[in-house]
Amino acid sequence: MKPFQYTRLSTEDLSLGTTLRDSTILAGGTNLVDLMKYGVEEPDSLADIGKLPYAQIEESDKGLLLGALVTNADTAYHAAVKSTYPVLNKAILAAASSQLRNRATNGGNLLQRTRCYYFYDTTMPCNKREPGTGCAAIKGFNRIHAILGTSASCIATHPSDMCVALAALEAKVHVLRKGETIVIPFDQLHRLPGDQPEKDHNLEPGDLITHIQLPAEGFSEHFEYLKIRDRESYAFALVSVAACLKVSQGKIADIRVALGGVAHKPWKLKEVEKDFFGKEASTENFQSLAEQLIQGAQGFGTNDFKISLVKGAIVRALNNALNPS
Amino acid sequence: MLNIGNKQKRVDGPQKVTGKATYAADIASPFYHAYVLQSTIACGSITAIDTSAAEAFEGVKGIFTHKNLPERLKNKVDYTDPLSPPGKPFRPFYNDKILYNGQPIALVVAQTFEQARYASKLIKVTYEEKKFKGSLSDNLKNASADRAPEPASNRGDFKKAFKNSDYTIIREYRQSRNYHNPMEPHATSVEYKSDGSLVVYDKIQGVASSLKYLNGVFGLGADRVQVKSDFVGGAFGSGLRPQYQLFMATLAALELKHNVQMVMTRAQMFSFGYRPEVIHTMKLGCSKDGILKALSHKTVGETSTFEDFNETIVDWSGLLYKCDNVNLEYELTPVQSYTPLDMRAPGGVSGVYALECAIDELAHEAGIDPLEFRRKNYVDYDQNEDKPFTSKELMACYARCEEVFGWKNRKDLSKTEPHLLKGYGMATGSWEALQQPASVSLSMNEEGTFTIKCATADIGTGTYTVMSQIAADKLGVSIEKIKFMLGDTAFPDSPIEGGSWTVSSVGSAVASVCEKFKYRIADIWKRNNPDYQAVAFEDISFQKGKLEYGSKTFAFTEIMQQASKEELSIAHSESPAAGQNTHSGYAHCCVMVEVTVDKDLGIIKVPRLVNVSAAGKIINPKTAENQLLGSMVWGLGMALREEGMVDTRYGRVMNANFAEYHIAVNADIHDIHTEFVEEKDDKVNPLGAKGVGELGIVGLAAAISNAIFDATGKRLRKLPMLLDDVLEA
Ligand SMILES: Cc1cc2nc3c(=O)[nH]c(=O)nc-3n(C[C@H](O)[C@H](O)[C@H](O)COP(=O)(O)OP(=O)(O)OC[C@H]3O[C@@H](n4cnc5c(N)ncnc54)[C@H](O)[C@@H]3O)c2cc1C
Ligand code: SF4
Repeated sequence: MKPFQYTRLSTEDLSLGTTLRDSTILAGGTNLVDLMKYGVEEPDSLADIGKLPYAQIEESDKGLLLGALVTNADTAYHAAVKSTYPVLNKAILAAASSQLRNRATNGGNLLQRTRCYYFYDTTMPCNKREPGTGCAAIKGFNRIHAILGTSASCIATHPSDMCVALAALEAKVHVLRKGETIVIPFDQLHRLPGDQPEKDHNLEPGDLITHIQLPAEGFSEHFEYLKIRDRESYAFALVSVAACLKVSQGKIADIRVALGGVAHKPWKLKEVEKDFFGKEASTENFQSLAEQLIQGAQGFGTNDFKISLVKGAIVRALNNALNPS
Repeated sequence: MLNIGNKQKRVDGPQKVTGKATYAADIASPFYHAYVLQSTIACGSITAIDTSAAEAFEGVKGIFTHKNLPERLKNKVDYTDPLSPPGKPFRPFYNDKILYNGQPIALVVAQTFEQARYASKLIKVTYEEKKFKGSLSDNLKNASADRAPEPASNRGDFKKAFKNSDYTIIREYRQSRNYHNPMEPHATSVEYKSDGSLVVYDKIQGVASSLKYLNGVFGLGADRVQVKSDFVGGAFGSGLRPQYQLFMATLAALELKHNVQMVMTRAQMFSFGYRPEVIHTMKLGCSKDGILKALSHKTVGETSTFEDFNETIVDWSGLLYKCDNVNLEYELTPVQSYTPLDMRAPGGVSGVYALECAIDELAHEAGIDPLEFRRKNYVDYDQNEDKPFTSKELMACYARCEEVFGWKNRKDLSKTEPHLLKGYGMATGSWEALQQPASVSLSMNEEGTFTIKCATADIGTGTYTVMSQIAADKLGVSIEKIKFMLGDTAFPDSPIEGGSWTVSSVGSAVASVCEKFKYRIADIWKRNNPDYQAVAFEDISFQKGKLEYGSKTFAFTEIMQQASKEELSIAHSESPAAGQNTHSGYAHCCVMVEVTVDKDLGIIKVPRLVNVSAAGKIINPKTAENQLLGSMVWGLGMALREEGMVDTRYGRVMNANFAEYHIAVNADIHDIHTEFVEEKDDKVNPLGAKGVGELGIVGLAAAISNAIFDATGKRLRKLPMLLDDVLEA
């Protein structure tokens, strides 16, 4: 690990704009420190935000405000999350292990980096880690890689479970930028790789995530988070689906479907969802939604199976959401 | 009998759970720390290596590469260890050649681990790279039987019998590479003494192996080095041969004249041995009524370019079922990789996986229940060797497993969930019950406490506990009076801890030395008590630390006092029982599993695993059960999870970490049950005990594969079986 400067930020340091620009933010460290040990990230200076005042969950009639420093575990087990946003509870608890969830923060979860094998191995070509070196995954092991929104330079996925639920809920992210709070809709936080795979998201250097804003509607009646993985715990999603429904007299009043493990960001298409408003909540319609949602999906060899798998998973998740057990 | 056969808690349990057990990296001396830099190419040579920036880095004490390997290590140096396969062992830093991706090419020694690790990144290496030639499948044209040992001889006329069979199958089964991944990474701590001698704390399954290696490479005899290994945090075969951290830490200690410690990282645990990838071709034929007529098993396995690692794989197919026409072939293919290494039930796991899948397929062709089919083809003597078994209660295992699992009515057990397919599968498992020569020493002090020493190891199997139990019972004292010591080259010789022969070999030696003690103490007693001179040994008994004759008792300590002796010491060397020659010794088991397969999503789960074993006398049902459970969990991992992913373009293991190399986790294990049936064996060894460290993993992957077929009608014929295999089959 390359030697680095370490600063623990205090509330007084919150004239942040300057302090943070040249530093890498350290929250729980479960992803960043790992990457530093592998030499994937070599920051000169770390800004530990652990003591900043973003460790609360606040309730209001506009929804729930999740502090960026609240741990994943505390978020999942928060009474209001459990009762109003059960899809978020389920997604968080499907991730990692209890030890990791006790340490990992909400802000860090949003900005965790891909698990692409070649990204992690500094001896391998990887456009995300070292722009211009090529992508070893396209013709290599890509069983865990993306089938949607890929580019010729990168086929990595965003690995988070929590983010898939947040995308479905249409959460918003509060970001402190040069002393001002800006609000970013969830689907604009992460990006597709395009020809700049080194950029995971649309934040700027120095930006600090302070909160995640959940809207009032939590879909507590009809929801599902379905995670398909290689073992029953402690594995990233091959494919995951966050499904939320509102049903009125058998008809779809609202429907949200976000996919994990298939793209560089949680995959969700509002236009497709809207098409199904007012239609019958039936397996046939769920199938047709699945088809539309993954239109254009392309495999790269060992991940071809994801195309049919994700369709099955969407239908299963929606049916489970419709008929909670 | 007080202890043998009881669920005795581990005598070293408290040390382990309180952190007092000292593993190789727990030695508290002031060490320099060593970190290895590994090659990033699989084939070619190093054209330049610039260590200047690393040397200048804070805390760095020394750097070793092929450029500065001490001259004497280049001369006629013997790099072999007792378990080296044919070929030339890997020689670190010997020259500029790169033999595999991840090869250690430089060693940085620094004040702290972190300094050494970072300084290693400052070394600039230039290579002349040659193209990596790919994995096993890419190199099959180089497969050759000449590099492999000959399997058991063919018998009968396979071709004819196969042709005349009513039902036949020809199938290929593939297994991917697996890594051992013990919890404790490999580590060596070397203490450099003022007289230039060394004490080496090594992670090893037998200290004699490390000593032999150190002697061969560095010329360090037993007079100049003592190797110790009090505790081993799992090894599963990865500690059978000395690994490169032993070379590194010793080299650095000798050159820098200082204590040096090297602990491998988890990623580096993927830079040496593994269970090799193999491809099996099975041809089986049976008659209408399910009698096995013809069997051919051919296996091709990977080895390195420098050693011919081999396992006993195909022989298992000649052993497990009655069959008169058998053809066995075994070939090796070199790949540019480190040499494979024995891993829990080496060879047996692989051979029996293919055989037990094929038997299931043939039974299905013949329309016979898989358990019935196995019973029909039962055999009670070793056809490979033409010898009887020392004992074989496999029929009792079948019967008991059938009952506990509910095999007969298994289909009725299925509760139906619409998308879940249920299936049931079984397999037979077996493992050798060998005995090796072993020596022990025993001494009793004036307080009546016994110290028994042997250079064996406890790799988590419970050697400390089991040996203490045996000694306590044989001597007639409580277990607290026994101090069993192991893992030290100063102690009497022992076979390497492996092959499930430790209880059999060391246990028998312990039993005998205790017997000798009783004769000796009786002699002393008689000599000092003229009244009893004529007493026959048979009329004396030993209990609670006392010699008993009629109604009289004499404490061991009193007898010693009377004879003015402070200590009584006895040595003993045990040879294998005669039955080891005249008979074949094997432990057996039957395993049955239930699986569910999600028909839309391909997800495979294993709600139930049952194993019933016959393994002779079970000295400690608790540690034995631990061994069975652990190996069954691993069997599940092998079947459904584990795969060392070698990128065939680069020869690099791409998932060298616990996040992506998936071992089974708690959540994967549901109902798991193991039992032993009674098995009397007076030939295998004096204790009548067979080892159980490996048995439980044999057959399990096949049982799961067979159950998946039962559920889905799909034969996956590869390991691991993943959800995409189900979807794509
Ligand atoms: C073995 C393993 C298995 C895992 N399995 C899963 C899984 O199955 N599903 C899943 O979803 N996750 C999984 N995780 C990932 C885990 O959820 C993340 O590591 C964790 O959420 C990151 O949070 P952290 O607070 O530790 O972030 P850190 O490691 O501290 O930071 C991560 C990144 O976010 C940035 N950052 C952190 N906080 C802020 C902030 N407030 N503002 C701006 N930038 C910030 C950091 O600079 C860094 O780039 C796994 C991790 C491991 C190690
Ligand atoms: S998929 Fe993306 S992260 Fe992975 S190797 Fe290619 S460029 Fe790098």
